[in-house]
Amino acid sequence: MNTAIIEQEPKLLPGDLAIWFFIFMELLVFGIAFISYAVVRVQNEDMFNQFQLTLNTELGAINTIVLITSSYFVVRAVHTIKNHGDYIGCSHWLYAAIAGGGVFLVLKSFEYYDKFSAGISLSTNTFYMFYLSLTMFHFLHVILGMIILLAIAIKAQRGGYSASNHIGVESGASYWHMVDLVWIILFPLVYVMR
Amino acid sequence: MKYQSQSIAKLYFIAAIGLFVGQILFGVTLGLQYVIGDFLFPEIPFNVARMVHTNLLIVWLLFGFMGSAYYLVPEESERELYAPWLAKLMFWIFLIAGALTILGYLMVPYATLAEITMNDLLPTMGREFLEQPTITKIGIVIVALAFLFNIGMTILTGRKTVISLVLLTGLIGLAVFFLFSFYNPDNVVMDKYFWWFVVHLWVEGVWELIMAAMLAYVLIKVTGVDREVIEKWLYIIIAMALISGLIGTGHHFFWIGAPDYWQWLGSIFSAIEPIPFFMMTLFAFNVVNKRRRDHPNKAAVLWALGTAVMAFLGAGVWGFLHTLAPVNFYTHGTQITAAHGHMAFYGAYVMVILTMISYSMPLMRGKQAGNARAQVIEMWSFWLMTVAMVFITLFLTGAGILQVYLQRYSDTPLGFMATQDKLEIFYWAREGAGVIFLIGLFLYIYSFFAKGEDVVMPEAAVAS
Repeated sequence: MNTAIIEQEPKLLPGDLAIWFFIFMELLVFGIAFISYAVVRVQNEDMFNQFQLTLNTELGAINTIVLITSSYFVVRAVHTIKNHGDYIGCSHWLYAAIAGGGVFLVLKSFEYYDKFSAGISLSTNTFYMFYLSLTMFHFLHVILGMIILLAIAIKAQRGGYSASNHIGVESGASYWHMVDLVWIILFPLVYVMR
Repeated sequence: MKYQSQSIAKLYFIAAIGLFVGQILFGVTLGLQYVIGDFLFPEIPFNVARMVHTNLLIVWLLFGFMGSAYYLVPEESERELYAPWLAKLMFWIFLIAGALTILGYLMVPYATLAEITMNDLLPTMGREFLEQPTITKIGIVIVALAFLFNIGMTILTGRKTVISLVLLTGLIGLAVFFLFSFYNPDNVVMDKYFWWFVVHLWVEGVWELIMAAMLAYVLIKVTGVDREVIEKWLYIIIAMALISGLIGTGHHFFWIGAPDYWQWLGSIFSAIEPIPFFMMTLFAFNVVNKRRRDHPNKAAVLWALGTAVMAFLGAGVWGFLHTLAPVNFYTHGTQITAAHGHMAFYGAYVMVILTMISYSMPLMRGKQAGNARAQVIEMWSFWLMTVAMVFITLFLTGAGILQVYLQRYSDTPLGFMATQDKLEIFYWAREGAGVIFLIGLFLYIYSFFAKGEDVVMPEAAVAS
């Protein structure tokens, strides 16, 4: 009886508390970096405006849609395991989400290839320093998120999760949404806002 | 103690404490040389004493890490050490090599030492903390490889726990990053750049894994809290330590001639570095509060909690104090750095090893815990050393702030030596605190020999 009562209580956070500490830490790092970007931008407005124009907004916008779609797949994965206990279906949605991450990485690599062939590096100027370090740091997070989702997808495929035990899926999903959220702030901040 | 081969740790711990005494004796000497410049000159000049002080620290911490690993790993792996004889052999090789190196520093001029040890064949000497002759460095690599082989085989053929795997990762990192000490480019910027790959990635990277694993191990033992809970904390702490610490290396690249962007990357990432230490403090107190038994070794619990708090203050808070590039522009290389260095090394690495010694030494001597009187003396030594270190840190911080003002900030800046004269009162006060620290250390050693009644816990309290 006791466990039934506990399960009915609304939980404050989905997934493991540990992943939320981790997410908080990640958001803090990105948050400080975004604020630093904003401060430096105000001091060098003309320069930032000029070089922002060189960024590929179309690719960035497509990547935003890709990541949001991928996040939706993760939502479906959680829904499938939580409400139907269908672990195979859950793993399929997770693989779809990982594929979305893969598309993001490929498109981003095209963008980097373009910039690097133009001889742009961290030392070119402050704008490119922020552009490259912010997007590359996010790039690494997409990779990490994909690894986390892959581990969960494999476990789900083997029947490691069920309708009553899916905390791992929720934890991974929370992390993936964080990766998505950071991009949703990063993209307008660095590519669009002038 | 469950496995016979764990007792090898005792050798390592005794050597570690012996070298610790040497380190502090040279520390007190150095402190006096700050105010009486020609004290012990020409026998032990300041630069030599400083080299001995820092090198002894590194060597005894390595002894402490190895001893702790030899104690911890068999128990976690639930088997005897893979090759106990190798651990003993390496102990003597490392001790003799270490002693000869220190004697070399003291007996002959550094340039002569370089000549005798044929440094010109593969020049690696002459850099702060990495002063060891090339042959000693090669010896360290051999000892480290044998040690890793021994520990690695024990872990891989036994039970694998999160604690032992985190420890192994940290120890492998320690060995790998040390290899950068053999890279000695002519370009002074490149030299400094890769020098930090050893120094920073040790103390603000892989050593944190070693420390967290050791702390987690002792906490499981003294509190009886579930392994799963502790392992979860361990994962978050090491993930945060690595995210912040690896790119945080950049806070050393501000003014050495490396590209500008390091000022941003270094400032942002190293500003996050206190968080894993803060988490460690939360973790330790949380686990002790949730304890499922009262362990008879109260001193070990005190050391464990002390480690978490002092590591946060010394490494976290005092590190943050001067890690942002605009602040560091003024404080770089002043007594603020010395203040941070002292409390961080003591709080994080000295104390975690003393925690391991405090927990394991009684067990290796066939008891659950030291006798009541010994524990009281040990706890006194804890407070004496820790409070003395807090004061050393505060006095050096005071000296540092005044130094920054007089030498770098005021409208009429003084020269370096003129400024040092003005700091004399702080240096005298620091020397006083240093002497208290030395007394605390002697008391600590005495606690191993103090006789008294055994601490007996009621059965119910001991059983988990």
